[in-house]
Amino acid sequence: MAKTILKRVLQAIPVLFVVITATFILTRMVPGDPAITMLGPQASPDAVAELREQLGLNEPMWKQYIDYLLGVLQGDFGWSTSYNGDVMPLILSRLPATLSITMTGLIIAALVGIPIGVESALHQNSILDYVFMVVALVGVSMPIFWLGLMLVLTFSVNLGLLPAMGMGTFSNGVWDVVSHMILPVFCLATIPAATLARISRSSMLDTIGTDYIKSLRSRGIKETLVIWKHAFKNALPPIVTVLGLQIASAFTGAILTETIFSWPGLGTLIVNAVNGRDYSLIQGTVLFTAVVFVVINLVVDIIYAVINPRVSYEGGGQN
Amino acid sequence: MAEITQDGAREHLLSVKDLKTYFHTSAGISKAVDGVSFTLDRGKTLGIVGESGSGKSVTASSVIRLLPKTGSIESGEIEFDGKDMVNISMSDLLEIRGKDIAMIYQDPMTSLDPVFKVGSQMIELIRAHENVSKEEARKRSIEMLRLVGIPEPERRMDSYPYELSGGMCQRVIIAMAMSLHPKFIIADEPTTALDVTVQSQVLDLLQGLQEKFGTAILLITHNLGIVWKMADDVMVMYAGRTVEHASTGELYANPLHPYTWGLLDSMPKLSDDEDADLKTIPGVPPDLRLTGTCCNFCNRCPYAKEICEREVPPLNEVAPGHFVACHLQDGKGGLVRGEVNR
Amino acid sequence: MAATENKGSALGVEAQLEMVRRERKANNAWHKLSRNKMAVVGLVIVVVMVLMAVFANQLSPYDPNAIDMTNAYAAPGSEGHIFGTDNYGRDLLSRIIFGARISIFVAVGGTLVGAFIGVLVGLVAGFFGGLLDSIIMRVMDGMMSFPFVLLALILMTILGQGAINVVIALGIGNIPYFARVVRGQVHIVKNEEYCNAERVLGASPVRILFTHILPNAMSPIIVYFTLNVASAIISEAALSFLGMGITPPTASWGNILSGGRTCLRTSPHIATISGIFILITVLGFNLLGDGIRDVFDPKQKQ
Repeated sequence: MAKTILKRVLQAIPVLFVVITATFILTRMVPGDPAITMLGPQASPDAVAELREQLGLNEPMWKQYIDYLLGVLQGDFGWSTSYNGDVMPLILSRLPATLSITMTGLIIAALVGIPIGVESALHQNSILDYVFMVVALVGVSMPIFWLGLMLVLTFSVNLGLLPAMGMGTFSNGVWDVVSHMILPVFCLATIPAATLARISRSSMLDTIGTDYIKSLRSRGIKETLVIWKHAFKNALPPIVTVLGLQIASAFTGAILTETIFSWPGLGTLIVNAVNGRDYSLIQGTVLFTAVVFVVINLVVDIIYAVINPRVSYEGGGQN
Repeated sequence: MAEITQDGAREHLLSVKDLKTYFHTSAGISKAVDGVSFTLDRGKTLGIVGESGSGKSVTASSVIRLLPKTGSIESGEIEFDGKDMVNISMSDLLEIRGKDIAMIYQDPMTSLDPVFKVGSQMIELIRAHENVSKEEARKRSIEMLRLVGIPEPERRMDSYPYELSGGMCQRVIIAMAMSLHPKFIIADEPTTALDVTVQSQVLDLLQGLQEKFGTAILLITHNLGIVWKMADDVMVMYAGRTVEHASTGELYANPLHPYTWGLLDSMPKLSDDEDADLKTIPGVPPDLRLTGTCCNFCNRCPYAKEICEREVPPLNEVAPGHFVACHLQDGKGGLVRGEVNR
Repeated sequence: MAATENKGSALGVEAQLEMVRRERKANNAWHKLSRNKMAVVGLVIVVVMVLMAVFANQLSPYDPNAIDMTNAYAAPGSEGHIFGTDNYGRDLLSRIIFGARISIFVAVGGTLVGAFIGVLVGLVAGFFGGLLDSIIMRVMDGMMSFPFVLLALILMTILGQGAINVVIALGIGNIPYFARVVRGQVHIVKNEEYCNAERVLGASPVRILFTHILPNAMSPIIVYFTLNVASAIISEAALSFLGMGITPPTASWGNILSGGRTCLRTSPHIATISGIFILITVLGFNLLGDGIRDVFDPKQKQ
């Protein structure tokens, strides 16, 4: 197993390199002169030239790339012009707000989606199964930003029950914090819950039909044990894979959800960076999310190898 | 045999009467088992022989009530050890399965849960049926593994199933099946997936344990050679029905049904000279949605007459203890092997 | 012999052949799809939406860009406007119909671009293997590491707004998904006997690629295509919603929804109706994709 893990770690390194390089190239391709953006269109040519020199923009491209690479490796993501501060601390200060809603959303999604998928599989082709699967399909088809608007319309505008924007503070009581979180969390949980329900169902259906499950039943093992101990453990690898993908893509959801609910997290930071052409900030946030994605995938693969002893034996981990 | 003797049903460990198990598919009702009766006594072995699709495995699954969702027992009686298995409650069934009736499936490599160690699965089985400590269950499991001839049983307890060979896996499964000293074992093609050299070892092991524990065995196979070796009685099935049923010695000496003849002809024999071709039965078994209005073998039978296409042949006792379902066979030379009358 | 004479009987040749015919009909791809009710619903939705997009000129009651400030924010059902009007008094139904044209064109176009490049990349990586395969797949992994919307957002910043640029952005984002699927299929097919036989017989690699491997990889490609069109519709809407997609006055479902957001409290019908159209269309493509997958997947025979 140690070999499998080492192999995966070694595989992740070139991916990280690709990500870091791609981020550099993408950011350099964004049109406009960062110096002019910073100083405004009325700035004098001299001031622009001076700033360009300061930012290292006059260096040859390869030199800029090396400087950038060395900076990234030391955790230095550059200077945000719109927030007037270092990019890395800025990202870290926004991270808890994003994590609080995305992680809560994912935990709820797993707690709701996985049991629904398993139940559906156990009652395949029943009315319950159809209802669950239609709901799940609507869930995965849901434009998350529209769902957010409809939630605001229903619970804030029409019913006046929950706040539509911003984040609560504990000084205003726990309810203030919780009430601000409910709608964004609901929004972020919907798609993962639906996706997990669908994969749990199909993976459970695959395992329930196997010989060893029939065999276990022939040995008089209790049905709850057959399902939740044996079948579920065998069905788990694809579910873990999808859960990992959902953690990673929760970021896409966060960008849209935070925009709708004016949630002060990484998502709004990115949108502001793009709108304000804050190059270092774009570069930093994009790089940060991509690295997080690679690391999560790596962790998922390692968990995968731990729960499934055959992975290292068969020398693969796909599907 | 097919009829319950005057001694009463209590005498038999298992008695199955006129069992009908159908599968409901989108394209019609498939009559997988269509009126099968047999009995099995304690410590004895009954072999059920037939091609795939003859209903032999479905018969076994019906007995322990482990049919796929689309299948159901339409009618008939199954009595095991005095218990009505057709109307049994789920909790009683769970108690019987694994403890009184053990099942051995065809492919040992897929019969064990791949993500749990061999030992944990054995301990789980014992503790599901008996109130013993983990250590006690472990000790008994190791003993059983030793009994079935697994070297270093302590170490094997911590192996995953994929780390074992097919023959080794089947030994583990037999050890599990025997670990609660069941009254009855259903062995569904127990050696088909194994190498020829391992096959006879596994059969010897099964036979030895049967003698030691007095277990009855329902042996399902397509291989008549295994039946000669293992079984006391033989039931030949074709397309969901019994076509011939007799003691092994009687069937070996005096087979009467044309289908049985076909099966025998398709068996390789040591005495055959090398140039002789193995005979096969021409044609394919009928679609099980179409059976039930004629002799199911009529379209492949070289002896078939007009009556065979019109009426279902009853299972007649043509000699003491020898039952045959054939319109033309009276056991007194009514139909002679190899003599096609037209 | 008997077997040839009992044509009329229950087990006769005719009766058995009839069963085989029935079986074959039941397993025919089109019949399987048409028996899958959900897939049929999906197909109907997709066809209706596509027809709506194609015949937008004939179907829409008004010019989608005709401004009528006196009639702005009209509620649904007010005279002549079934879905009401938007902030410029433009007929919402007409804008939705024309929006379908842009949204579906962009989504299908973007997925097509991604599929085309992705399939080529996957074929090359899978077929040649070795170092080239490793490099290509690490680059694909790298591309997949960027959140889809974020990658598209950056690409739109680089390319500038507009329908064609959305197609390009969605296309680039779609490449790795197709490349991975196709590469996996190539690996499976490559090792099968007939491919080896062909190679021994001296067929050129390119010939094997296009006559054997590609047709075999076709079913997963079709499934992925259908499902990715669904997510591309959402991605386009998300980009337009963030103000980085299709720019008004050209109507797209995303920018209609985005416009509706600003007047959510006063005229909720704009956001509501445009979102429902996105949801239904995405649902249609997802239903259809699921249905096609079930047909192609032999595991799901039941």
